[in-house]
Formats: sequence, structure tokens, C-alpha cells
Amino acid sequence: MNKVAIVGTGQTPVREHWELPIRHLAVEALLNALNDNNHAVTPQSIYVGNMLSGALSEQEHLGALIADYAALEGTEAVKVEAACASGGAAFRQAVYAVASGTVDSAAIVGVEKLTEMSGKNSSSALATAADADYETSLGLSFVAINALIMRRYMYEYGYEKEDFAYFPAIAHNNAQQNPNAMFHFAFDKEQYRKSKMIADPINLLDSSPIADGAAAAIVVPLEKARKMTNKYVTVEACEVGTDTLALDNRKNPIYLKAVERSTLKAINTAGMNHKNIDFFELHDAFSIITSLSLEASGFCRIGEAIKEVQTGRFNIDGQLPITTHGGLKGRGHPVGATGMYQIVEAVQQLMETAPSALQLDDASVGMAQNIGGSGATVITTLLKRTG
Amino acid sequence: MDIPRYWRLRNQRYKLEGSRCKACGKLFFPPRQICTKCKKREMEPYRFSGRGTIYSYTTVYQTSERFEKQLPSIFAIVKLEEDVLVTAQLADIQEWAVKIGMEVKMVVRKIYEEKQTGPIMYGYKFRPLIDVD
Ligand SMILES: [Zn+2]
Repeated sequence: MNKVAIVGTGQTPVREHWELPIRHLAVEALLNALNDNNHAVTPQSIYVGNMLSGALSEQEHLGALIADYAALEGTEAVKVEAACASGGAAFRQAVYAVASGTVDSAAIVGVEKLTEMSGKNSSSALATAADADYETSLGLSFVAINALIMRRYMYEYGYEKEDFAYFPAIAHNNAQQNPNAMFHFAFDKEQYRKSKMIADPINLLDSSPIADGAAAAIVVPLEKARKMTNKYVTVEACEVGTDTLALDNRKNPIYLKAVERSTLKAINTAGMNHKNIDFFELHDAFSIITSLSLEASGFCRIGEAIKEVQTGRFNIDGQLPITTHGGLKGRGHPVGATGMYQIVEAVQQLMETAPSALQLDDASVGMAQNIGGSGATVITTLLKRTG
Repeated sequence: MDIPRYWRLRNQRYKLEGSRCKACGKLFFPPRQICTKCKKREMEPYRFSGRGTIYSYTTVYQTSERFEKQLPSIFAIVKLEEDVLVTAQLADIQEWAVKIGMEVKMVVRKIYEEKQTGPIMYGYKFRPLIDVD
């Protein structure tokens, strides 16, 4: 297998892009990535990560559409879907393609257009990540499923609702410094306490906003990257773990087994241990998921993520910064694009092109983890800087 | 949900019918074709008693258009007495009275009504075993 490197990234700001169709969002990010670092790459294959184009834009078949509009007529292109983990899943396919030697360069673009329909329709479409026959068709929303996890977690480990405020507070603090983020405001504990309840105990400030956006990256064999540029990041691992779609089918619904599976695989593949990881772009769709990700990834003991966050360990200047560009909560959650935003942001940290207030000192390994549904698909990527 | 799917799910929705592995006895809801424990493909239908306790719950204030009329609604994961979890809406109870560990039993109630002229979908919900008010 060839070792794989990322030589370019691109993104659009995460916004409600009312004026832009899904194809323009994707092409914008893709072209930015192809021309990043002053080189022009012509990808031999394109992987599009997207969840809801069929449901919301009435547009499937994104692969060929995006290849065409990016002026890459004739290029192999295909859409990859794994709910909110579609971006990470597309990245994994591209890494495979390059590592196997089948192609010499591949582009990945994660894209989502949520504002094509009303918020209620977007929420119903998003809920298709869950079990249709035994969760959503009974009236369960995606937020409600996460609320069921959070309530049980609070019960088992003895936490209060307010204890969870630390996680979205970090996300919002970091997002303020990221021009591409959706939200640019901080909040205090009182605002958190008064925030509108969506599915008790999850309130609005626990919930990542669904929005429009696209993020892209270009991967090539390491040997080729070395010849092209001195600015690249290596993909040390990109590993997938799965679990039951329905939450109630799990032995322990408050432990994300697929997070554990994909993290352990990634760490093994990379030949690393937890101490090698300098920062963690995690999938904070809801505050409770941040806790569960940190615990099942092995960064905290079970039930203790909330104690750890209070020590400042996960702040931007802490020992293991998380959601350095705002995460899903602050940057925004353009569902199928989210996994690629995480990768792009991790690359920026490692290439030292992050916004100055967010730039970590001497970060050499970053972990990005993209979660689909309430933990049914998890893709963990380990990236390393060069030099 | 349209009629073919509703009809297909009738044994689950009305009878809480799952499956039982003939080889190792493991119980499943919803039904499966292969046992996740012993990997045998010898399943038979199994009807759950419908008795259980609340494992977790949530009061929902925002939902899709189809279920909006019922807001606020309470959902729970119920641990059935056969030690299998099932997720459903709670009926005949106010939020303040719901507790983890509370005993509940399955009832068949209206899940939702498709517009004004569409079919009415029924299915399992859970209510307190002992009345609370
Ligand atoms: Zn069995």
C-alpha cells in the first residue's frame, strides 16, 4: 500500500447559503483545494460525501454532476453516503484508491445544502440516519434519540444538565476566531441555563446547527507529494467502525462502541498511542456526544469527560484541544460536509495556516473523528505534519 | 409512512413480535434473520409480554410536521422484562411523573394520522403499570 498525503484543502464558509445551489457549493470548495498551495492538480477520481441531496435538493447522482461543473468532464466520480459521516466515508474511499495505486490523485468534497427546504423538512430528512421502522416512524426525532442517551448518562454518572455547558462553550469560543464558522458569539452559564429546550435535557446550545457548506481535500501518494511541494500532511490512518443503527439495540446505549473500534484501529494502523495525539477534532453534534466520544476514544475514563473538561484540558491552550475551529456546534454542521471540514481544519493546524488565535504551537499529530447517526458509523483519521 | 409499510410492520406494531434464536435462546426486537450471539439462522417469532421499566426518557418540544400536533410528547427507552430494550412514546402520563425505573406496560394507541383523509396509524406505546395523576 502506498502512503498517502494531503496536498491541498478548500472550504466555503458554513452559512445559510440561500443563493447557492449544491453544485456551486461543492465546486467552490473543490476548486479551492485543487489550486491550494499554488499547484494545480487534476484528480483522477472524485469522491463526494453527501447525505441529503436526494431528500432536500431532489438531486442524486452528485458525482457526475460535480465533475461536470468543476470542468473535470469525464473524470471518475461517485457519491458516498454514511449519514453525518458521509464526508469521512468519502475521504476513506479516496485514501483507499490512492493507497492501492489504482489512481495517482483523488479529490474528496463533502457537501450539504440544508436550506433548500424548510427547517422541519430538513429535520425529518436528517432523522433518516436513525432506524426508520423502529425509531423515526414512531415520532422520534434525531435530537430525541440523543436526549435519551444524555438522560441516562446523567442518571448513571450523577451529572446535572448545567455540567454539559463546558463543551459548547469551548466550541463557541473557538468559532469566534474562525471566519468560516457559522457562529461568532460566546455565551455564559446563565444563557445556557435559559436556552430553549428541544428534547429535554438537550437545549438549543447543546445542538449543532444544520447549515450549508462544502469542504474538500486532495490526496496523492506520498512520493508524489514530496516531488510537488514541501507543504503536505500525511494520512497515518483512516479507519471505520460500525454499530447498530437503533440505539436500543446496543448492549450499552451510553457507550459508543464504534468510536472505540475505529479509534483503536486507527491508532494501531498508525503505530501510535494516545500520547502522540496533539489535538482532536471531534463530532460534537450534541454536548453529550462530546462526552461519549472522549470516553470511548480512550482520552477519558468512562463517565469522567465532564470532570476533565472543567480542568481546561480541552481548551485551545489545553493539553488536548478539541473542536479547534469551533466544531459542529460553533463552525456548524453541514451534515455530509462535516467530516471534510474536520480534516481541512486538522490540516490547517498541521500546516500552520489556522487563524492565528486558534493556531496550536508545534502540533504534529491531529485526530479527526466523524460520526454518523447516533454512533452507528465512526471514521477516525490520524494526520501528521511533515518536517 | 404509507400503507404497504404499515401493513408489513403490523405484527411488531400491534403484538410486539420479535424473534427468538432456537439455538441459543437469545431474544430480539425487532425480528432478525441471524442471531448476533451464536450466528445461527434458526429464528422463530417471539411475542414479548409488553411489561417493562423505563431505562431513559425525554420530553420533546420540537419535531417534524407529522408529529407536531402531539407536542410536547414523551419518549422512552423501555427495558422489557425479557431484558430487551425498545423505544416508544409514553401515554397517560405527565412529564413530572416519569422516572427511570418506573414500571410500564405496552398499549396500542394512535401513532399519527396522515393528513385529514389519510390512514390512521396505530402501534405500541407504553403507559404506567399503576396510574399516576
Ligand atoms: Zn443464537
